[in-house]
Amino acid sequence: MNLVVCIKQVPDTETQIKVGADGKSINMDDIKWVMNPYDEFGVEEALRIKADKGGDVIVVGAGPKRVTEALRTALAMGADKAILIEDEGLYGADPIFVGKLLAKAIEPLNPDIVFFGQRAVDDDCGLASSSVAEALGMPQLAVIVKQELDGDTIKVQRPVEGQTNVLSTKLPVCLTAQKGLNEPRYASLPGIMKAKKKPLEVKTLADLGVERDDKIEIAAINPPPERAPGKVIQGETPEELAVNLAKALREEAKVI
Amino acid sequence: MSEKKIPLGGEFLLIPGEAEHCFVPEEFSDEHRMIYKTTVDFIEGEIRPNDEKIEKKDHATVKKLMAAAGELGLLGTDVPEAYGGLGLDKISTAVVTEAFGFSGSIAVAEGAHTGIGTMPIVYYGNKEQKEKYLPESAAGTHIHAFCLTESGAGSDAIGGCRTKAALSQDGKHYILNGEKMFITNGGWAEVFIVFAKIDGADFSAFIVERGMPGVSSGAEEEKMGIKGSSTTTVIFEDAQVPVENLLYERGKGHHIAMNVLDIGRYKLGAAAIGGAKDALKVACRYAKDRQQFGRPISDFGAMREKLAKMAMKCYMGESVIFRTVGLIDEALHGADPTAADYADKCTEAIREYSIECAIDKVFGSEVLDYCVDECVQIHGGYGYVSEYPAERYYRDARINRIFEGTNEINRLLIPGEILKKAMKGKLPFMQAGQKLMGDIMEYSPLMVELPDEPLAYQAHMIEMCKKAVIFVAGTAIQKFMQKLGKEQELLMRCADMIIEVFAMESGLIRARKAIAAKGEDKARFYADVVTAYVDESIPKIDQWAKECLSYVEEGDTLRTLLVGIRKLLKYNPVNGIALRKAIADKVVDKGGYPLEY
Ligand SMILES: Cc1cc2nc3c(=O)[nH]c(=O)nc-3n(C[C@H](O)[C@H](O)[C@H](O)COP(=O)(O)OP(=O)(O)OC[C@H]3O[C@@H](n4cnc5c(N)ncnc54)[C@H](O)[C@@H]3O)c2cc1C
Repeated sequence: MNLVVCIKQVPDTETQIKVGADGKSINMDDIKWVMNPYDEFGVEEALRIKADKGGDVIVVGAGPKRVTEALRTALAMGADKAILIEDEGLYGADPIFVGKLLAKAIEPLNPDIVFFGQRAVDDDCGLASSSVAEALGMPQLAVIVKQELDGDTIKVQRPVEGQTNVLSTKLPVCLTAQKGLNEPRYASLPGIMKAKKKPLEVKTLADLGVERDDKIEIAAINPPPERAPGKVIQGETPEELAVNLAKALREEAKVI
Repeated sequence: MSEKKIPLGGEFLLIPGEAEHCFVPEEFSDEHRMIYKTTVDFIEGEIRPNDEKIEKKDHATVKKLMAAAGELGLLGTDVPEAYGGLGLDKISTAVVTEAFGFSGSIAVAEGAHTGIGTMPIVYYGNKEQKEKYLPESAAGTHIHAFCLTESGAGSDAIGGCRTKAALSQDGKHYILNGEKMFITNGGWAEVFIVFAKIDGADFSAFIVERGMPGVSSGAEEEKMGIKGSSTTTVIFEDAQVPVENLLYERGKGHHIAMNVLDIGRYKLGAAAIGGAKDALKVACRYAKDRQQFGRPISDFGAMREKLAKMAMKCYMGESVIFRTVGLIDEALHGADPTAADYADKCTEAIREYSIECAIDKVFGSEVLDYCVDECVQIHGGYGYVSEYPAERYYRDARINRIFEGTNEINRLLIPGEILKKAMKGKLPFMQAGQKLMGDIMEYSPLMVELPDEPLAYQAHMIEMCKKAVIFVAGTAIQKFMQKLGKEQELLMRCADMIIEVFAMESGLIRARKAIAAKGEDKARFYADVVTAYVDESIPKIDQWAKECLSYVEEGDTLRTLLVGIRKLLKYNPVNGIALRKAIADKVVDKGGYPLEY
């Protein structure tokens, strides 16, 4: 079975994001980059399928050279091979374009399943997976928390407002992983040392015969407004405090 | 790596440190960084959620966690591949240990297990012993403990040792009798490295299993902190230890004890710095959250300066520890763990840096104590109640200045080892002293021309501080000769000066590397930290030097000596407050220690 996992490298969720000088990108200094947490579920699921049914797990990433680190982490978790589409200017590109680009690299791998995280925690778009599914002519089953493989049929569960949707289709398929699908393993130390020797292929846009073709561009990034300081309700007695609180909620916060 | 020889232990005092022999965290390989991340993720994901159970010494939980750590390879970095470990470099071990430093009690259990509990077998075990004990140690399925201390043998561990071993009549067993005290992992270890005197004389080490007849452990100590770690007596009553479990050679236990303590010391330093950075993070986040006078307390200069000082100390701590570990790695490079002379090679390599290891231990544990103390202070009353982590951090940290040799014993060791090396002709310390006495007459701080390079003034002052140490120590040696060992007040101050010199220089080299790699602008934090730190250290060194000289000499001789010191340590202060403000900006902005691996 050919199992492909697409990986995006994103700022660690603890990183304090600052808007760059151009107002349209983030300031990349001092950012700690990690594998998108939802992609970890994809890696883990692929590794589990491999353990059960055999096959190869190939991870694919696109972006600047630093993305190698996220790919190495996946190799350390147990993936067999990595492909990096290296391009310094790719971070922040139109996700539909990134999808097309990934599809070019993935197609020759003859995938049975292509995994994505359900969205990337940096831009929250969740579009690249659909773009890949479209480009490769595959069905896409999004935001799944469980999958069962039976021959070339796959059955998945996706939560919808507390209910569960059960969907099924034939391989090949594009899946996007939601929290709850599994508990991703840690990259073990032996895994880390082995990852060093695993193949990591680097391709450029030119190698794939693709030119930048973004249909959208980021016009501006606005930071969240500063949190206003809290207000201490004044009053001598509990009654007085309650009255003042109710007043503040009605007149100032306008919530009651 | 060049063909140039690796600096000797303690040589930093005599020659300017060379960048190529000063490993810095910025030189971590991708693997080092990934190993760090795995360890941190493991601590955050598996250990922290179990903190309460661990604090209650829930044996089953600790056992499970150690096995889980073993499965990830976290306990096997130092164990050769042939014996079920990973056989990685010492930087990898230090990286794992540092991350474990976030975990308080478990850090102590892990440190005692992988370090002092297992390294004796890694270095001194024969093939059979390694095959028998190392795989289960690396896997974390058998926990190890190190039994040296006794009620009458604390700092004087070897001299005071009363535990006896005697060969049984049939020559098949050593019969051990005695009681070891304060043994980490004592309550749950399967394997004990035990020191005893054969026939009351030959100090030797044994590998003892819990299941051997006559071995038992006593009740748990009620401790101030690291309550989740096990600390018990371990009792030997006619314990039968098979003769093949003698470790290394009869009468050579002190090699093992001393060498393994050196390892324990840099590891302790690494764990302490991990803990210190964690305390800084907790303090910083709290300061940003806590509102008083309508503003977060992190807006207040008094709080910001505390955060800046904590970060400066963490930076120096990292620099000191990784420099040492890098030196040990260089010295061990190419040693074959299956070769017959492996133990001797390792002993030699690690003993060489016993001065640096002692510095790591003292500096690391004191940085940690400084940081947990300020962490409590920044929390105000909430730092004093156990609902917040600051209170436990404060209690957990305190032991680090006591075990693995108290900080006093380690301080004594620093000038002591330098003197020993000087006497043996291994370090040209006396020559340096004589040359200095001559040079100092002609030296004038006004004549100094600084090279045009970053931090040139700090580099110059660090060299001057080294001269000050040599000047003071040389004067003391001349006066007291063989009796200097009894002048502990002098030795303590010499140790403090040497520690500060090593820290300043390690931080300086690191900053210069950062400037070379990133440019002055992006490496501003490094330069600020070093400049501010040197600015704080020099007056301290100046004070210690004067105190020493005033004790050693008097009258005109003293006056001449003081003129010498004044010349050497003539220093133009910088705007330290402004630097610390800039450092604090970084710390507050990052929500903790700003440099990440
Ligand atoms: C929680 C915990 C865990 C421990 N784990 C282990 C373990 O796993 N294995 C093990 O073998 N031991 C262990 N120890 C023991 C520890 O290493 C000793 O407590 C330590 O070495 C100090 O010995 P002591 O307690 O007898 O103090 P003492 O030696 O009595 O020292 C008391 C004071 O006198 C000072 N002092 C002593 N001698 C001198 C001197 N020559 N000059 C100047 N000052 C001096 C000391 O610095 C100290 O301040 C542990 C201790 C604790 C509390």
